[in-house]
Amino acid sequence: MSLPPEFRPADTGVIHDIGYRGYSGPRLGRAYAARSLFTQSLRAAYGLGRSGKSKVLPMIVLGAAVVPAVIIVAIAVMSASDDLPVDYAQYLSSIGLVVSIFLASQAPVLLSRDLRHHTVPLYFSRPITRADYVRAKFGAMACAQLLLMVAPLVVLYVGSLLIKLDFGDQTEHFFYGLVAAVMYALVPTSVAVLIAAATPRRGFGVAAIMGYLAVTTALLGGIVGTSLDGMGPGEELPDATQWTALLSPVGMVESLSNGLFDLGDAGSLHPPGGLGLLVFTAVAVAMVAGSYRLLLRRYRNV
Amino acid sequence: MWFVSTVIKTDGLTKRFPRVTALDQLTVEVEPGVVGLVGANGAGKSTLIKILLGLAPATSGTGRVLGLDIATQGSEIREQVGYMPEHDCLPPDVSATEFVVHMARMAGLPAAAARERTADTLRHVGLYEERYRPMGGYSTGMKQRVKLAQALVHDPKLVLLDEPTNGLDPVGRDDMLALIRRVYTDFGISVLVTTHLLGELERTCDHLVVIDGGKLLRSSSTASFTGTTATLAVEVTDHPQDHALDASAAVRERLAAAGVSVETEGARILLVELAGDGTYDAIRDAVADLGLGLVRLEQRRHRVAELFTQGTEQSQRSQNTENEGSTADVAAS
Repeated sequence: MSLPPEFRPADTGVIHDIGYRGYSGPRLGRAYAARSLFTQSLRAAYGLGRSGKSKVLPMIVLGAAVVPAVIIVAIAVMSASDDLPVDYAQYLSSIGLVVSIFLASQAPVLLSRDLRHHTVPLYFSRPITRADYVRAKFGAMACAQLLLMVAPLVVLYVGSLLIKLDFGDQTEHFFYGLVAAVMYALVPTSVAVLIAAATPRRGFGVAAIMGYLAVTTALLGGIVGTSLDGMGPGEELPDATQWTALLSPVGMVESLSNGLFDLGDAGSLHPPGGLGLLVFTAVAVAMVAGSYRLLLRRYRNV
Repeated sequence: MWFVSTVIKTDGLTKRFPRVTALDQLTVEVEPGVVGLVGANGAGKSTLIKILLGLAPATSGTGRVLGLDIATQGSEIREQVGYMPEHDCLPPDVSATEFVVHMARMAGLPAAAARERTADTLRHVGLYEERYRPMGGYSTGMKQRVKLAQALVHDPKLVLLDEPTNGLDPVGRDDMLALIRRVYTDFGISVLVTTHLLGELERTCDHLVVIDGGKLLRSSSTASFTGTTATLAVEVTDHPQDHALDASAAVRERLAAAGVSVETEGARILLVELAGDGTYDAIRDAVADLGLGLVRLEQRRHRVAELFTQGTEQSQRSQNTENEGSTADVAAS
């Protein structure tokens, strides 16, 4: 039998059986505990601190999100191009599926597992409150998504500076991309987290979130596709079509970021007019705030 | 060690749900030591623990845990108290070490201290090599040990153990009870342990609190529950030659003549009141003089169970009298 590592002679020189020792060191309290839960959950979203198997999917997803950006930059550098073929926010919407897969697969990891294994009451027997728990989990999922989206944006930004594109312009658009990433990391996530908290079964959670995101995105895609069929080049989508972006949380964010920063070409999603921008913003905020409220209620009696 | 006169103190604690009253005017004081909280399923044990942890508000009444108010200082209480739930609570795909380190940090311990305390605590509860393996492969006994370890890892002043022997085989149960005893005697941590199995608490607890239907039936030291009138159970063989002799009756007469009070239990067993060492001598002499063999001579204590059933009957009686308009105080200890 080998010795437990902390009693290896190399560490202490002598092996003592010192019996029970109390703990008189610092107790860092509720805020620290909530931060610890946030960090642990953020790591768990990428499979860190979990089994080797659970790292596979997050790492593939991360690769799928970043590698295209690396390729784009590599081509631009080699061909001495004077522009990147894709804008930052536009890149985010093109990796939308990858981000959705990540969200659908990891939100239940963060929330359903605790319910399934009844770990939640254990957390609530510690200094943190129910609201701390909800904030830590919601925050961890949003940050995990943000990391996934910011990583390729940084690659693109560094690439654009390498090929000596206009610094001011690139920085401005990089910033637009970051804001869009924050919105993507909040709006669809809020609904996904709520769904994940509703079921202790991870499989159900994954299927429900993926189903919700895929169906709404496909629906919107179908509607936009039909509208585009009857239009000439350079024509803008009709307002009725633009409003349907509200159906899909991902489409709504895309439309909103296009509208806020005046991005995208004529055929892309935009909020219809000033009123549209207002409504889209209100719906996005309501979705996040409403989901948060419902989450708090969900854990009130656990 | 930490000294305090009362670990838990409740005053008229009441918890009403829309349909049931889970706790009804519960007034109890618990001193440092190993305290058993006894009650049938649904007696209000889990509700009491939830309220003591500051997780659910009481409908009325007040309570203090370690001198902290349960209504306003829940977070502070939970920092100083460990809780071992009744149900399974371990994620199967992480190791005991990782899990307990995480729970230590959730109790506010800095990362380095959390790792050190985890190694210590897991060793104390008897988990060695297996603590690096995922917990999904653990036996029930090992899982219970991890659950206990996560309740102890932050060196609390009080641990609340909810049915810690659930699902354990007899050996595992004895180990767990010995461990619980050590938590107080060696670690200096007060223990409140709930169970619906009464027998096992007699050996472990210093003090018992019996609740039923959310009401306090009795709160007193274990010795006063069980130790007051010890009896000896005696069983003898038939006489080897004289088959006509009723051996039990003969022993009984002899003992009665020697001034020992005897009752019968069934056809063969005599219950002899244990007055002192002289009682053993009287039994030995009586059996030897009659030329009989002694099959059984064992000490019987009044089981907690008996008192509990008495208590329950009493409370039912008191409820009846309450219905008639008068109140009886059954909670007096």
